[in-house]
Amino acid sequence: MSLDLDNLVISREGRPMVALSCHVAPGEVLSIMGPSGCGKSTLLAALVGALPPAFSMQGRVVLNGRDITAVPTHARRLGILFQDDILFPHLSVGANLGFGLPRSGPDRGQAISTALEEAGLGGLQARDPASLSGGQRARVALMRTLLSDPLGLLLDEPFSKLDSALRAQMREFVFARARARHLPVVLVTHDLEDARAAGGPVLDVLGNHLSLPVSSPADLSARTS
Amino acid sequence: MARIGLWAALAVLALPVLAGLAGVIGPAFGYFPALGSTQISPEPMRALFAWPGLGTAMRLSVTTGFLATALSLALTVLIVAAWQGTQSFLWVTRVLAPFLALPHAAAAFGLAFLIAPSGWIARALSPWATGWDRPPDLLLVNDPFGFALVAGLVLKEVPFLLLMTLAALPQADSLRSQLVARALGYGRVTGWLKAVAPRVYAQIRLPVYAVLAYSMSVVDVAHILGPTRPPTLAVQILEWSTHPDLAMRFQAAAGALLQLGLVLVALAVWRGAEWGIGWLGTRWAAGGARGQKLDIVLRPLGAAGAVLIGLAVGLGLAGLLVWSFAGLWRFPSVWPEVWTLRNWAGQSADLGRILRDTAVIAFGSTAIALALAIAALHASPGAGGARLGLIYLPLIVPQIAFLPGLASFALVLGLDGTRMAVMLAHLIFVLPYVYLVLADPWRAWDARAGVAAAALGAGPVRVLWSVRLPMLTRALAVAFAVGFATSVAQYLPSLLIGAGRVSTVTTEAVALASSGNRRLIGVWAAVQMALPMAMFALCLAVPALLFRYRQGMRIA
Repeated sequence: MSLDLDNLVISREGRPMVALSCHVAPGEVLSIMGPSGCGKSTLLAALVGALPPAFSMQGRVVLNGRDITAVPTHARRLGILFQDDILFPHLSVGANLGFGLPRSGPDRGQAISTALEEAGLGGLQARDPASLSGGQRARVALMRTLLSDPLGLLLDEPFSKLDSALRAQMREFVFARARARHLPVVLVTHDLEDARAAGGPVLDVLGNHLSLPVSSPADLSARTS
Repeated sequence: MARIGLWAALAVLALPVLAGLAGVIGPAFGYFPALGSTQISPEPMRALFAWPGLGTAMRLSVTTGFLATALSLALTVLIVAAWQGTQSFLWVTRVLAPFLALPHAAAAFGLAFLIAPSGWIARALSPWATGWDRPPDLLLVNDPFGFALVAGLVLKEVPFLLLMTLAALPQADSLRSQLVARALGYGRVTGWLKAVAPRVYAQIRLPVYAVLAYSMSVVDVAHILGPTRPPTLAVQILEWSTHPDLAMRFQAAAGALLQLGLVLVALAVWRGAEWGIGWLGTRWAAGGARGQKLDIVLRPLGAAGAVLIGLAVGLGLAGLLVWSFAGLWRFPSVWPEVWTLRNWAGQSADLGRILRDTAVIAFGSTAIALALAIAALHASPGAGGARLGLIYLPLIVPQIAFLPGLASFALVLGLDGTRMAVMLAHLIFVLPYVYLVLADPWRAWDARAGVAAAALGAGPVRVLWSVRLPMLTRALAVAFAVGFATSVAQYLPSLLIGAGRVSTVTTEAVALASSGNRRLIGVWAAVQMALPMAMFALCLAVPALLFRYRQGMRIA
């Protein structure tokens, strides 16, 4: 599995904001960094097929060899995680996971409880998502996305609202699962630590390679712990 | 394909109004093939202007309309400006819903029972304070100036304008602007008027126009509280429209056209006044007067206005209920000497049948309106600026100006006098309210939920049905309750399109107005207010029950 951005240019009122051409290998995390308002989130909206009407896009998006540029969001098979968990408030935890699980699967109940076990949330199917902690909700959101069997994963600053201890844990959890499933990942962030932990190439929205400053002892210890 | 919903909604809003106006213009100039008249003639207009009461009727329409609108707007602005951001204001916003659900006619009857010479206020003060041991011979209801009518309109229009203002406040950044003004040394009211009012008014302009048009041309409230001999123009037009002598229909059509012209001129005058007040207001704002002392007078005044409206409506409704159970009740007694169920028992046969018809019509028109509103909102992702104006078309063109024409069409098509036709006529007025109530929560919905669902493989239909609509359950329920209440309250469409063969609780109640039988009026007006209230309670309870284990579905 891999994700290719082929001469992708996103413009607003004729002015290009984002210009990228790159290849994301299976299990690799491409980090896109930049200040807020530079078009990072717009890039993800374009990749997932939900570009606001004010923007226009040229170039191609190719997922696993299939050109998905004109494919509607629901048929792209690209999972996305936002800053907020966006769990559906009217559904239980189990029903949220069931929403992501394709219909044709053999034992849906089993798949859901396995996913919850994997996230360390075994037996919480019937819970109201609003009754979970922020970290638990973030994990449910990830498992919901993974259950939908995506071929790639998009992360829109998904760790920025978690507190720092939880953030390191959650990064590890997300990246490990993406690697295990060989998913190409595009991570959008303004947090150096996210990009460092991702371990892949780091670009800005115009495709320039960024080199990360040397880690401070504090984050070294955070990573080794 | 997706745009069909939008076009259907626009058609429901615009076509009946245009067709109805066309159906009025013809007869106004003598052209009415259904009555065998195909000659264009000035006769209907001549007959209209020959009616001796015309001048007074027109003047009443204008004065009561302007007075009711100006008072309602002033009171609304005063309540918000003086009390926004306080605990009392929060409480006012919470009790707004039942006031909105209350039909105009029920509020009007309640007020009439309260202020009449033999009403509760006179009873409470007699004989110890007034010396009256029989009802005084005062024309307090149906007074020749229409003051009672104005009061009755204000009772209902203030809650409506308050709701519209509440919706506009966040976009006007009201709280922070007022805070900045107060930090600069302005009093609450002055600061709000100078810093916030222009932005808020720009957003509630169309609702204000609707209030003006409605107040000038209302029939049921004017029939209950307004002057008689001559009545307001709208009431007189209805009298001609339903006159057994069909020749009067021509005169009615001419009157309807005159009423429309009157409303259009009034709207233009109001628009002109906006310019003038805006110009003066800008100079006033730039002048720098802080108006701190004004708060001492204006804050209690706003509070008094709100409390008075609450009391008038609350006591009025209580009065209706008491009268419906009253047996013998002599004048100065505050309570009936004898309580009885006879008033209710005597009506039970009609009550069941008419209540059922009213509920069926309201249910049907609201269900169709909700489906159309959802389809229209779904089809127009952005805020449909230009289209929003059309939503107000049936609220700004007076009912009395186009419904007689629409009734003629229904007659020609053989549709008049059926529940289906009445239901469709209600739809014209239910749809705007349902749409207005639903539009804000619809657009406020977090679109990322839709992207998240789609990224999980859900197509547009599934996103709508499994994510967006369930997440908006509460807003949908409130929109349904508002639509239902709007339908129950309709008087003219039920009467004219129903052609006397379809009765609703509202036509029954209003028909009793001139009978003076307070016990019967009490019964029917009580039913008229209870039906929409019950639906409101149900629509608040069902989502609360459905999502009792889902904290995220509670009101934020």
